[in-house]
Amino acid sequence: MNPALQIKNLVFAYNDRPVLDGVSLSVEKGEMVGVLGPNGSGKTTLLKIFSAVLTGGGEAKLNGRNIQDYSRRELSRLFAAVPQESRVHFPFTVAEIVLMGRASRHGPFGLEGKRDLIAARDSMEATETLSLADRYLHELSGGEKQRVMIARALAQEAEILLLDEPAAFLDLKHQVRVFELMRRLNRERGLTIVAALHDLNLAALFFPRLALLGGGKIVRDGTATDVLTEETIREVYGVGVRIHHDPVDGRLQVFIRPEIAFAKSLG
Amino acid sequence: MNVLNRRKMIEVNGILFLLLVVTVAACALIGPVRIDLYRALQNIFSADPNAEILFRARLPRVLLGIAIGGGMAACGVVLQAMLGNPLACPQMLGVSGGASLGGILGLIFFPHWLVPIGGSLIGEISWVPLAAFVGALVSMFLVYRFSLFHGRLHPYHLLLSGVIFNSFVAALIMFLNSIVDFYQAQGLLFWLMGSLSTRAYPTVGFIFAYILLGFFWLWAKGLPLNLITLGEEAAMQLGVEVASVQRQIFIASSLMIGAMVSVSGMIGFVGLMIPHVMRLIVGSDHRLLLPASFLAGGIFLAWADTLARVLLAPAELPVGIVTAFFGGPFFLFLLYREGGKKLAL
Repeated sequence: MNPALQIKNLVFAYNDRPVLDGVSLSVEKGEMVGVLGPNGSGKTTLLKIFSAVLTGGGEAKLNGRNIQDYSRRELSRLFAAVPQESRVHFPFTVAEIVLMGRASRHGPFGLEGKRDLIAARDSMEATETLSLADRYLHELSGGEKQRVMIARALAQEAEILLLDEPAAFLDLKHQVRVFELMRRLNRERGLTIVAALHDLNLAALFFPRLALLGGGKIVRDGTATDVLTEETIREVYGVGVRIHHDPVDGRLQVFIRPEIAFAKSLG
Repeated sequence: MNVLNRRKMIEVNGILFLLLVVTVAACALIGPVRIDLYRALQNIFSADPNAEILFRARLPRVLLGIAIGGGMAACGVVLQAMLGNPLACPQMLGVSGGASLGGILGLIFFPHWLVPIGGSLIGEISWVPLAAFVGALVSMFLVYRFSLFHGRLHPYHLLLSGVIFNSFVAALIMFLNSIVDFYQAQGLLFWLMGSLSTRAYPTVGFIFAYILLGFFWLWAKGLPLNLITLGEEAAMQLGVEVASVQRQIFIASSLMIGAMVSVSGMIGFVGLMIPHVMRLIVGSDHRLLLPASFLAGGIFLAWADTLARVLLAPAELPVGIVTAFFGGPFFLFLLYREGGKKLAL
């Protein structure tokens, strides 16, 4: 067992407000892990510590070496991050944006070579964005933009894909497309995927392993059935739910029942 | 897939370079006095009036205009990208205000001093531009210090402290303006409007080399700048040492702006408009946008200065009036035609 990503007793605070308070998690190569938790529970912070945008206390290792000991250049070949939402200040085309994923592979005056163009084309094909190549990013819909961002991350040819609520602003159809894409990349390319997720049902449906953050710690870690129980969700999110299983395939579904929590607090 | 490649780099920069060469020749030939080119060429090294005007009066001024126009445009490009603000321009760093104040103080307190090493080494340099450059360095240090939080430069703070610093300095300049005599007040106007003038070749050569050096420093940051326009975090995740790039861009562009203002006062509009015009024409990739803007800025300022010399001849207009008067409508036209698609961010 050789974990690709390993953190131990990770702590992090924004000024005096602690967010992560002793988080331990290890992710194997080729795993697909969904990180759940309410707003402000530190999902995004955790991802940012992985990609060395933030530095926390405790131990954070990648392939057995401290993350802080890598240069940004090295890290950009190991981690590829997909942001929650992306904005550009200037008109760049989709192809230009995707090629930016290759930036750490050539010098400051260097132009993209054949190898870079192939990688970009390949990742645009995988994300069905090749037909958008010459459009401007700001002309695209939210779903298209998010796929372009995933294409850029793929062009980095990194080992680990970090996604921060990649479907947060998308409608149902595009949410499902993004989740299917993540699963396909994990299965077909063996990419290790760590994603911060909001939607419990989609997480349960697509992610074989879930880790639930609450109170600055990992509260539960395991399969959807282990993690998503009525009691845990009520505790961490403060919302009453009922868990049902599909009578046909037995897969789990979370039904929101706010009055349950209310009844509990009265009782 | 239409992306930047070697051919596009060579084509765009090649065409602009040819235009630049044509500009140098044309702008040097155009002027209130007609020049006999044949005679001028025959007598390059002797005391022919044609050669005097062409090679020793006009040509160095055209070359100076190209260096300053190019430098302003290049600084405008990198500042707009780094600050993530399409309104950013070289005037915004606060350095220009500091240089003007330094120059004005020099003008008031020791207008006739000359630098002893001047003469042979870097041409006729008076204390005034040196005082301006010292002012630029002091303000650069101050603005940098005020924009530093937790050991790194924050673009947002940089923008604010630069603008506030400039307003503060503008108040000081206006105060000085109201206490000096009429003759000195005329001299102050140069720093407020900006204008080019004829300088000796060693001076022009020195400034040209200095600005080119700064330009290459900025150009080397072209690729990281592309990434920084996606946001600081995205840039970090794509392998850019963001804090270091921001610091270098601040230092390089401040040093360039300080020197340019010391030589020509605050020539406005080139650094704001040329980057936008070139972005609409050649795209946003800074590896191409930077050299293209440098060349276009040089061409634009050389022509603007020629108009400034000719329009009211034998009197001269401040070149800043011409840049805004002709550049403004052209930019609005381009914005109207291309902006709908490319700038609807």
